[in-house]
Amino acid sequence: MTAWLRRRRGIAPYLLLAPGLLWLLVFFAYPLVEVFLASFWSGSFERGYTFSLSNWTNYRDAITPVLPQLGRSIAYSLAATILTFLISYPLAYTIAIRGGRAKNLLLFLVVAPFFTSFLLRTLSWKIILGDDGVFFGPLKAIGILPGDFRVLATPMAVVAGITYNFLPFMTLPIYVALEKIDLRLVEAARDLYAGPWKRGGLVAGAAVGGILAGILSAIFGWPVGVVGAAAVVVGAVVGRLFISESFVRVTFPLSLPGVFAGSLLTFIPAVGDYVNAEFLGNPDTRMLGNVIQNRFLVQQNYPQASALSFILMGGILVIVAVYARVLGTEELTTGRR
Amino acid sequence: MFAYTGLAIIYLLLPVAIIILFSFNKPTGRRNFVWQQFSLDAWLHPFAVPGIASAVELSLVIAFLSTLVATVLGTLMALALVRYQYRGKGLANSLVFLPMATPEIVMGASLLTLYVSIGQPPFFPLSFTTILIAHVLFNISYVVVTVRARLVGFPGHLEEAAMDLGANQWQTFWRVTFPLILPGIIAAALLAFSLSIDDFVITNFTAGRTQTFPMFIYAQAKVGVPVQVYVIGSIIFLVAVLSVGITTIAGRRSAQT
Repeated sequence: MTAWLRRRRGIAPYLLLAPGLLWLLVFFAYPLVEVFLASFWSGSFERGYTFSLSNWTNYRDAITPVLPQLGRSIAYSLAATILTFLISYPLAYTIAIRGGRAKNLLLFLVVAPFFTSFLLRTLSWKIILGDDGVFFGPLKAIGILPGDFRVLATPMAVVAGITYNFLPFMTLPIYVALEKIDLRLVEAARDLYAGPWKRGGLVAGAAVGGILAGILSAIFGWPVGVVGAAAVVVGAVVGRLFISESFVRVTFPLSLPGVFAGSLLTFIPAVGDYVNAEFLGNPDTRMLGNVIQNRFLVQQNYPQASALSFILMGGILVIVAVYARVLGTEELTTGRR
Repeated sequence: MFAYTGLAIIYLLLPVAIIILFSFNKPTGRRNFVWQQFSLDAWLHPFAVPGIASAVELSLVIAFLSTLVATVLGTLMALALVRYQYRGKGLANSLVFLPMATPEIVMGASLLTLYVSIGQPPFFPLSFTTILIAHVLFNISYVVVTVRARLVGFPGHLEEAAMDLGANQWQTFWRVTFPLILPGIIAAALLAFSLSIDDFVITNFTAGRTQTFPMFIYAQAKVGVPVQVYVIGSIIFLVAVLSVGITTIAGRRSAQT
């Protein structure tokens, strides 16, 4: 065996790859082809299906009634991705650059929630955000919040759930990217541009705050004027105080590959999620995932369900391609200019 | 900065704390959403709810088996992807990464479509086998990535040295490579196990009538999740934390010796 291996070193890698690769091809790659084929089926679950190209109408029939859900999936996932980014970046930054010896412990704490069941975590938020629960009950009793204020069964709860559940997916890649940065570069930058990025920080913070408020208000239906103004002010203050020029010119650009990876790892699974919408939302917050799940498992309408899955996949590929083009893939995948 | 980190950590761990806390709750009726009174009932009778024992058992068995298969397949693939140069390597790489970038619903749906497309009604029966296949599938990618990360840290010098000293490929692998990457393999296995135990979406699509623990939770969520579920969830959490703790400490000890 060993002499044979040495003589035939050429095929050793192929032998090693074969079992795993075969599994992936048979159970991952080929089924995706099947989904495409299934979207052209007509027939029923009981009597069997037939394939026909003229069934391209399945796509139109499947997507037209669920355009709102599709829009919601994209909007909620986008909002959640932005929120996870805002929460994760400072967290990853602190751990990577100021973490010192506590780094591993802090990382563990970030990942620890994932050791509980995904479903239980989401149910847990149902308890926390309950109308008269741990959090809102006392606030309502004191009178800070009106008695009929609710978060559960609103889009806010769904987005909050998605944000929470995918936080580590954003934090870890950003952490990895930040950790690799040679801090001497940052020191050099500090020597060159001292201190806070005064005017820039103000403007950037205000802009980010404004855009964020705009997107979230559009999704949740908040009063744009008030929320927008507040966000602009808060953003400006945070930007002025915390963002230094060395950060903007050196640290942040170098961490971009991590931001890219993190956003994709958050957005893509979020777009297909349906558990958050189901547990924390109401029938009006249903996402595309809920629809696909329903078509497959309840209605057993395989042709339409497959068409929807394919549209979802296609949409994701398009968004990823555009995103990659915008940020420049060469830098992102290799980390070099 | 540190205040923010502290707040973030609290935010992250809050649901976990609630889960553990509410496992000690004694709800009136089925819904466990409001705190009533402290009680050890659920902890003393964690399997009192019908269906929960078989669901947990199934989850454990599937997790164990799928971890085994995926770790073996994935480690082999990682070796091939790091230690050798050959045509098609890039393609293989992409194929390994693709599942991690695919939404679970797409993976579950495509597997379901595969099972349905095999033959006429009543089609390929959805059961233990179909779930197992699915779990091995999504675990392979994570195993490859984890073991590969470890392999990359040991560029081939040590193996070359061993072979210069007369060891053949087989011996080199078992006496040099394998012990070095063992921590990576163990980490990959732990990751695969926890992913498998917790998986819901893909399992939901490929399981049919059989229930794993997450599917049990989902089914109960509409009528009210029994407290025992919170108990078992807390147990899983504590076991996971302990395993990570033990492996880390053991790793540190062996690094010192």
